[in-house]
Amino acid sequence: MRPARRSATQAAMPPIISVSNLSKTYSSGFQALRNVNLQIRRGEIFALLGPNGAGKTTLIGIICGIVRPSAGTVSADGHDIVRDFRAARAKIGLVPQELTTDAFETVWATVSFSRGLFGKAPNPAHIEKTLKTLSLWDKKDSRIMTLSGGMKRRVLIAKALSHEPQILFLDEPSAGVDVALRQDMWRLVRTLRDSGVTVILTTHYIEEAEEMADRVGVISRGEIILVEEKSELMRKLGRKQLTLQLQAPLDRLPPTLDAFRLELARGGTELVYTYDTRGERTGITALLRDLAAAGIRFKDLQTSQSSLEDIFVGLLRERA
Amino acid sequence: MNIRAVRAIYGFEMARTWRTLLQSIVAPVISTSLYFVVFGAAIGSRISTVENVPYGAFIVPGLVMLSLLTQSIANASFGIYFPRFSGTIYEILSAPVSPFEIVLGYVGAAATKSIVLGAIILLTASLFVPLRIEHPVWMALFLVLTAATFSLFGFIIGLWADGFEKLQLVPLLVVTPLTFLGGSFYSVDMLPPAWRTVTLFNPVLYLVSGFRWSFFGQADVSVGASVAMTLAFLGGCLALVTWMFRTGYRLKS
Ligand SMILES: Nc1ncnc2c1ncn2[C@@H]1O[C@H](COP(=O)(O)OP(=O)(O)OP(=O)(O)O)[C@@H](O)[C@H]1O
Ligand SMILES: [Mg+2]
Repeated sequence: MRPARRSATQAAMPPIISVSNLSKTYSSGFQALRNVNLQIRRGEIFALLGPNGAGKTTLIGIICGIVRPSAGTVSADGHDIVRDFRAARAKIGLVPQELTTDAFETVWATVSFSRGLFGKAPNPAHIEKTLKTLSLWDKKDSRIMTLSGGMKRRVLIAKALSHEPQILFLDEPSAGVDVALRQDMWRLVRTLRDSGVTVILTTHYIEEAEEMADRVGVISRGEIILVEEKSELMRKLGRKQLTLQLQAPLDRLPPTLDAFRLELARGGTELVYTYDTRGERTGITALLRDLAAAGIRFKDLQTSQSSLEDIFVGLLRERA
Repeated sequence: MNIRAVRAIYGFEMARTWRTLLQSIVAPVISTSLYFVVFGAAIGSRISTVENVPYGAFIVPGLVMLSLLTQSIANASFGIYFPRFSGTIYEILSAPVSPFEIVLGYVGAAATKSIVLGAIILLTASLFVPLRIEHPVWMALFLVLTAATFSLFGFIIGLWADGFEKLQLVPLLVVTPLTFLGGSFYSVDMLPPAWRTVTLFNPVLYLVSGFRWSFFGQADVSVGASVAMTLAFLGGCLALVTWMFRTGYRLKS
C-alpha cells in the first residue's frame, strides 16, 4: 500500500529522469521523436503507451545509450546521459523488447557477466536471490538456448536487475508471456517499486497500465500527447453516460432538472446524463422520477462507459 | 576505468575460446603441421638453406605470422560482429563502459588467444626442426605487438561487416595474399628486382622480416623499419576505431 501523500512528496523531489526537447531523426530521414519533454518521478511506475512505431523503443534506447539523440538532453538521477554516461548508465537496467540473449552461456554466467559489465563487485547472494525471485534458480546451470521464450525473457530481467539498478526499463515485458508469468512480473515490479526502484514500462495492454502504473504517458508519432496520473484517468474512466431517446424533441430543459446537469443531443431528441459509477448513488432513480414529473417521455435508453482505450483512441484520432 | 567490465568482456570471450577449443587450437596446429610436410619436406629437399638457415627452420617465423594474422583477425572480428548480429550488443552499449574499455576487453581476448596459438605453433614447429631464437625478448615483443595490432584490425572488420560474407572477405582477399606474398616462405632476395620493389609496399613483409630477425638475426628490411611499420599500422587502427566509436559507426543508429 502506498499512502496518497507519497506521490505528493515524489512530485516535489527532482525527477529521476528528465527528458528535454529530445528529437531523433534516423539516418533514413525518418523522424521518430519530435521535441519530447518528459519527467519521470523518483520511485514511480510509469507506463508509456502508444501504437506500433510511436517511438517508445527509440525513447528508451536514447535514455539507455543505445540510440544517439539528434537534439535535446536527457539526465538520469541528475547525470547527463552523454557527458556523464558512466554515472547515468550505472543506475539504469534495461529489459529490451526483443529476446536477444546469448545461446551457449549458462543462465548463471550471463547474469554474472551483466553485473561485471556494470562495474559491480561479484555478489553471488544477490544473483541467487534474483534468480530465485524469477523462478530461474533450477535453470541456473542450463544453457540459455535450452530455455523457453518466457524463461529467456526472465533471464533478460535477471540480467537487468543484476547490478541493482535504481531505474528499470521494461520494454513490452508482457509480449509473449503467459498469464501466470505476467502476474509474477507484476508482483516483482511492485516489490521493486516498494524498495525504491523507479520502473518505466511500455505496453500495448491497457489493463497492464491500469493495473500497474502510477502515471501514464501516451506517445504517438514521436510526440508525447498526454501524461497523467492514473487515478485522474480512472476518474474520467469511472464516468458512465445514460442516453435517453425522447419521444418528442425538446427545445430546452425545464429548470426543475438543472441539478442533473443534463445535455441535449441530436437536435433535442436525446438526453445525456453523466454520472459517477463509484459514487454512493447514481441518481438515476431520481432522474427518472423527475423526468416523469416534468412530463418528458422516452422510448429507449442506453448506458455507456468510456475505457482507457476509448480515451486513448479518441486522443489519437484527434491528432490524426 | 571500469576494470570489472573489461574483465567481464575478456572473460566472456575467453570462455568462448575454451568452448570452441577444437577449432581454435587444434585446427591451426594441424594446418601448421601440413605446411611443414608440404613446404619443409617437399620444397626443403630442393632448397636446403636460405641465407644459411635450413629451409625448414626458415619458414617457421612466417608460419607463425600467418597464423597470428589470420587468427587475430578471425577471432576479433567474430567476437564483435556476432553480438551486433544477434542483438546482444545492446547490453554493452547500455553499460557504463567507455569505447576504450570495450576494445580492451575484446581485442585483449583475441590477442591473448593468438599469442597462445603462436606459442603452440612454435612448439609444434620445434618438433619438426631444430629452432634457435637469437633475440627472445624481441621475438615476444613482435608476437604481442602483431597479435594486438591485427586483433584490433579484426575488431574494425567486425564493426564494419554487415554480413557474414564480408567478415571473410578481407582476410581472404587481402590478408592471406599479402602474407603469402610478404616473404613468409622465401627471402625477398630470391625475387627478381622488379618484384622485390613491389614487395616493399607489402606491410606484412615488415612483420615477417622483423619476426624472422628475432629468430635468426637476419632480415629483409631493417628491424627499425619493421617496428615502425607495425606501430604505424597499430596507430592507424587506433585512429579508425576511435572515429568509429565517436560517430557510433554501425553500432548506434
Ligand atoms: N534504426 C532505425 N532506422 C530507421 N528507422 C527506425 C529505426 N528504428 C526505428 N525506426 C522507426 O522509428 C519509428 C519508431 O520506432 P520504435 O521502435 O521506437 O517504435 P515503438 O513505439 O517501440 O513501436 P512498437 O510498439 O512496435 O515496439 C518506427 O517508425 C520505426 O520504423
Ligand atoms: Mg518498441
